[in-house]
Amino acid sequence: MWRWLGICLLFWSSLTGAAGSVPVPTLNMAVTDLTQTLTAEQVATLEQQLRDFSMRKGSQLAILIVPSTQPETIEQYSIRVVDQWQLGREKTDDGVLLLIAKNDRAVRIEVGDGLEGAITDAVASRIIRQRIVPQFQSDNYYQGISDATTRLMQLIEGEALPETEPESSNNLSRFENVPWPLLLFVVFAGGGVLRGIFGRMGAAGLTSGAVGLLIWLFMGSLLFALLAAVFAFVFVLGSGGNGGGWSSGPRGGWRGGSGGWGGGGFRGGGGGFSGGGASGRW
Amino acid sequence: MRVMRGVMLLMVLSLLGGCGYNRLQQTDEAIKADWSEVLNQYQRRADLVPNLVATVRGAVQAEKDILESVVNARAKVGSIQATPELINDPNAFAQWQAAQGELSSALSRLMVVVEKYPELKSIANYTDLMAQLEGTENRITVARNRYIEAVKNYNLVVREFPSNLTAKVFGYDTRANFTVQNEAVIASPPVVDFGAASSTASGSSAN
Repeated sequence: MWRWLGICLLFWSSLTGAAGSVPVPTLNMAVTDLTQTLTAEQVATLEQQLRDFSMRKGSQLAILIVPSTQPETIEQYSIRVVDQWQLGREKTDDGVLLLIAKNDRAVRIEVGDGLEGAITDAVASRIIRQRIVPQFQSDNYYQGISDATTRLMQLIEGEALPETEPESSNNLSRFENVPWPLLLFVVFAGGGVLRGIFGRMGAAGLTSGAVGLLIWLFMGSLLFALLAAVFAFVFVLGSGGNGGGWSSGPRGGWRGGSGGWGGGGFRGGGGGFSGGGASGRW
Repeated sequence: MRVMRGVMLLMVLSLLGGCGYNRLQQTDEAIKADWSEVLNQYQRRADLVPNLVATVRGAVQAEKDILESVVNARAKVGSIQATPELINDPNAFAQWQAAQGELSSALSRLMVVVEKYPELKSIANYTDLMAQLEGTENRITVARNRYIEAVKNYNLVVREFPSNLTAKVFGYDTRANFTVQNEAVIASPPVVDFGAASSTASGSSAN
């Protein structure tokens, strides 16, 4: 029995250990240096630049320095990192990763789907060859990284991307899609008029149906639609002749989530990658 | 009576969901999307090749065999209609895969050979073209991996109980994936060309 257990254990450990690949670190900062190549000030400077840039333009640029990606190639490791980090905004896919495997002497610029027009493979390769490799060859890591990020930011700057939405993040941003004035109109005016025609019960039913449908259409969330419908139903049912009890819109409570950047953490926004970019060695 | 029938219909519908019908649809659709991406990236490579051949032709005239094998492989790839329906026909799929594999190995041989000609680096476009080709090869790898993953998910749904019953009822079958055998062809390291490459076929697609 013990032997059997032992075999099982062996099998299990071989299963989990089989990959043997370098784990992807969690994304907390725009600059992740696992090799202590950069000084604290240098990291802080880059971090500030990248955060400011993403606040302004919305695109996320991150830097990762690892000792080695062996046994994987830098391309294999890189796509795993961006699949996990999901840099860039969802649907816009405007993330870029600058990955440096120091001991492998390999570097890669991984470009999100939405930026492949601004940073083509050829352009990424040129940045590596002209800005990164010469500096890295003379051990000026910071200079090379800094030059490359500056150039990358310039390139992204020239691209027409959707505006940033500093006040709302991922899911909550869908609240911005809802035409709140229209909804209020439906509830107040529509509810009032309908009450005259169909009576209180009928009006409440119709209004809540309309509100639910609208929310569902604009937000795509059935749950919120149902909640809003119930809310509208109760509201129209409850409000008598004077429909003035609801002055602050539902918007007030949904502010504050600041695009995944606030509170010190740096999180990906759900951007997609499909292997675009270039690699180089020094 | 009518109400009962409605309730029955609803129950059957919800049962279908429980039997993995929706998951079947989702994974099937995911395969289609990932497959389109694979085709897209292979097409991108096929589009690059004539350009590349035209650029290096002057400098590597001595490597006529390899250039021709690239041109021939490119012509062959172009002659196969790469439609999204290809995945439903194992034969056509295998044929297409073989053609792409041939182009891959011809290209990788060319990549090795051009290293011998440093003067190429001074040709405008050459380094950019190479970067594009490398990038495209990497995209192909990523797209293939995602496709393989999608097919795996779909095949699991088709085989697992109870969704396998649903799959059978609606005629969904497991899908062909990139096979290990062909994987080997594509991933084969570039070997020394023994000069056996065919030199008779015409290379019409090189401009």
